[in-house]
Amino acid sequence: MALDDIYKEVILDHYKRPRNKREMPDADRSCSKNNPLCGDEITVFVHEEDGKLLDVSFVGQGCSISQSSASMMTEAVAGRTLEDVEALAVEVRAMLSGDIEPDEDEFGELVALKGVVKYPIRVKCAVLGWDVLQEALEGDGSAEGSSSHAVA
Amino acid sequence: MAVTEQRSLDVERIRQDFPILGRTVGDKPLIYLDSAATSQKPRQVIDAESDFYANHNANAHRGIYMLAEEATEMYEGSRAKLARFIGAPDPATVVFTRGTTESTNLVAYAWARRSLKQGDEILLTDMEHHSNIVPWQLAVRDTGATLRYVPLTDDGLLDLSELGSLLTERTRLFAVTGMSNSLGTLPPMRQLVDAAHAVGALVLVDGAQMVPHVPVDVSELGCDFLTISGHKMLGPTASGGLYGRLELLEEMDPFLAGGHMIEEVFHDRATWNAVPYKFEAGTMNIAQEVALGTAIDYLESLGMDAVRAHEEEITSYAIDRLLEAGATVYGPKDTSIRGGAVSFWYKDVHPHDLATILNEEGVAIRAGHHCNQLVMRRFGVPATARASFYVYNTNREVDALIEALAKAESVFGF
Repeated sequence: MALDDIYKEVILDHYKRPRNKREMPDADRSCSKNNPLCGDEITVFVHEEDGKLLDVSFVGQGCSISQSSASMMTEAVAGRTLEDVEALAVEVRAMLSGDIEPDEDEFGELVALKGVVKYPIRVKCAVLGWDVLQEALEGDGSAEGSSSHAVA
Repeated sequence: MAVTEQRSLDVERIRQDFPILGRTVGDKPLIYLDSAATSQKPRQVIDAESDFYANHNANAHRGIYMLAEEATEMYEGSRAKLARFIGAPDPATVVFTRGTTESTNLVAYAWARRSLKQGDEILLTDMEHHSNIVPWQLAVRDTGATLRYVPLTDDGLLDLSELGSLLTERTRLFAVTGMSNSLGTLPPMRQLVDAAHAVGALVLVDGAQMVPHVPVDVSELGCDFLTISGHKMLGPTASGGLYGRLELLEEMDPFLAGGHMIEEVFHDRATWNAVPYKFEAGTMNIAQEVALGTAIDYLESLGMDAVRAHEEEITSYAIDRLLEAGATVYGPKDTSIRGGAVSFWYKDVHPHDLATILNEEGVAIRAGHHCNQLVMRRFGVPATARASFYVYNTNREVDALIEALAKAESVFGF
């Protein structure tokens, strides 16, 4: 194992300078979750129009993996259709479980997270943002936001 | 009698007894700094459990044959050792359980649910482990009683300034930790026990961290219940016990019901076996409790005063070095009122990231809320890193921790 596998430049960059880390007062959907095992928490906000995610933002606190993953996610899903985002979420989970070798063209910066495979305990940090986004998309669409706990 | 000889630990010799300390993590030697979560086991304890299965295995208190008698004698012998170790007057006052969580639940079910009513209060503290909070939350939900909490000072001590208004004639039980697992704090137990008894409340001491690390004598302490975790004191997982005053245990309902806890069973009712068997339903963790007896032999051979002195020394060294390195240390700094669980935050490195980086250096620490969410909230942090020490840890290992912190700083580049 080498730390470079997990703490890649891209991850540290997103951790120190998170993208789209802001509240979205007029969000169409939002959802909050925390990981009771470690205390990481993330809220995701979605602005959606005609089945497309026009803007996605997040707020939260936690380790570099959970926060950088959420930051990368907001960039990766912006402009995509709901179906696309669902499919990408499935692929990201598969990458983090070591089930698929990610295609760099398709994954972009998200590829940086594949080193987390070697640290099974940290996988739940990396998927937390995706858990919250998926729950927001599967919810009743209200922007009130639901609060629930991620099952580790 | 002559002045008691002050023994100090021969840590290098002790380390030879712990096979796991010989292993590596990647290419680095293991540096185990998480004994507050579970202690490592000496060869003697591992062998005792194995020897029980290899040579003496039978159900205890059941068969009329030599093996069964040996098993029973070993199991009860362990109970007598545990009773003596904590200064209990009678082995019957020690119930074997899976550990502190089960012990606390036993009291919450067998005593609290039967004794509490609306208007009654249970007093806890803001530094309790979740296992000394949640069983009481369920008990008050079922009885209409309420919970109150002693707050903490900024130094991580119990704030006893309002104790008089928290501990009143409504208080039926004061359940308090003997040593905080995140802050390390050793509350002034005798003072707390006296204050609780003065208003007629019972006292349950959560001994998970205290019993392994400081000399304990329940007859001096005067508490009514003490919970004991075997796996944190060199014993096997799922070993441990509950001390209770005999009169209380005798009055209490059973907890789990089943075989051996009965005296007679009829179609519509049953009568109970004597204490402590009334609380030991079904086949117990016999091999584990037997090996816990060996762990107690081991600790007694070191001397609990020497164990405590060693931990004060290494904890003092660790706190000094952490502060020097720029870490924030939570809890008291004075090692005369704290144990060897040291929670800290290093610069801006999140505890999970820190634990991952330290692991690369072979250093095993805990990162998280330590089942102490009330403490985390009190100090405004989502989690902390925690290093904790035991009889086999050395100042050299503390140095390795400090060196590994520098590596974390270089990865994150703050």
